[in-house]
Amino acid sequence: MGAQLRVYRRRMRSVKATKKITKAMELISASRIVKAQQRVTASTPYANELTRAVSAVATYSSTNHPLTTPHENPRRAAILIISADRGMAGAYSTNAIKEGERLAALLRERGLQVSNFLVGRKAVNYYKFRNREMAGTWTGFSDNPTYENAKEVADSLLSAFLSDSTDSNGVDEIHIIFTQFKSMLTQEATAKRMIPLEVVESSAPVPTGLLPMYEFEPNAGEVLNALLPRYIEARIFNAMLQSAASEHAARRRAMKSATDNAEDLIKSLTRLANAARQAEITQEISEIVGGADALASASAGSE
Amino acid sequence: MALNVALVSPTQQVWSGEASFVSARTTEGDLGVLPGHAPLFGVLVDGAVSIKGTDGTTQEFTVRGGFLSVSNDRVSILTESVG
Repeated sequence: MGAQLRVYRRRMRSVKATKKITKAMELISASRIVKAQQRVTASTPYANELTRAVSAVATYSSTNHPLTTPHENPRRAAILIISADRGMAGAYSTNAIKEGERLAALLRERGLQVSNFLVGRKAVNYYKFRNREMAGTWTGFSDNPTYENAKEVADSLLSAFLSDSTDSNGVDEIHIIFTQFKSMLTQEATAKRMIPLEVVESSAPVPTGLLPMYEFEPNAGEVLNALLPRYIEARIFNAMLQSAASEHAARRRAMKSATDNAEDLIKSLTRLANAARQAEITQEISEIVGGADALASASAGSE
Repeated sequence: MALNVALVSPTQQVWSGEASFVSARTTEGDLGVLPGHAPLFGVLVDGAVSIKGTDGTTQEFTVRGGFLSVSNDRVSILTESVG
């Protein structure tokens, strides 16, 4: 076998092995999207009920709670970026990180300092490589977050919010960046302000004019105190679940195009290998024919 | 008239349906809700929530903290975890 042909065959083997891996990853992601979507759906009733409750309390109580009223003179804002732990998901993490950069630039323009809270190894590595300060990092659950994970993140954000912003780790605003799962084909990195609350944000339209005058037990202030941390947790949890679904969808798409590319590559390599084999055969034939000719003319000359 | 009850946790909707009576424990003490109750928002403590369905059966749940909101005969109980 000629050297050329051997090189082509070796490359084809390696591409085939890669294709097997990407195909497997595509199938795994495809099956996980469905599960992740179901978890998003399962968490919606709780999120919707909480949103209703928060809008009702915020509308019908005159209490000035720090979580609902914007700070007069904000000095520092927190950004929570939700990215992936693993790569192989196309531009999924990059989009979230870029959206974070955009928001950070916007906040700096407003004269705010930015502290970063990061979820997912990809974002952590990006910031670590650039030697940037990180206020909090969490890794290891990006593709299957639990409520406890969301709680952990929410606790640390809330404690930063509740401490004074004049010291180094207090914040006055909290923003979140996650990847919205719009459909199997569209996922979009989105930035949202969490605190101070933008209460008008839910998939179900908040019924206007129908919100009743509530009695609060024990009182409106206490209720808000108890309600808002849960609300933040639920928001973060929902964002994490949506991001997880988006991650799987992005990975499936990236792996699908990788598999397609591998197929194309194998096809063109097969063509090249066939041409090389044919060239080899042609050369051998012409060598034999040439050799026979030479022998014939040599023996003809000797007679 | 019946109450439209939903008991939800962050990960799932635990129970939903029609009920004639709901009782839960708030920070102020035990609380019962019958159809026609005034709009109310309460903070729950750890304890039992019982829902008496319109078919006469009673469901008992143990909740860990949470909220109870009542408006227009719609009762939603939000809790972090149901035991």
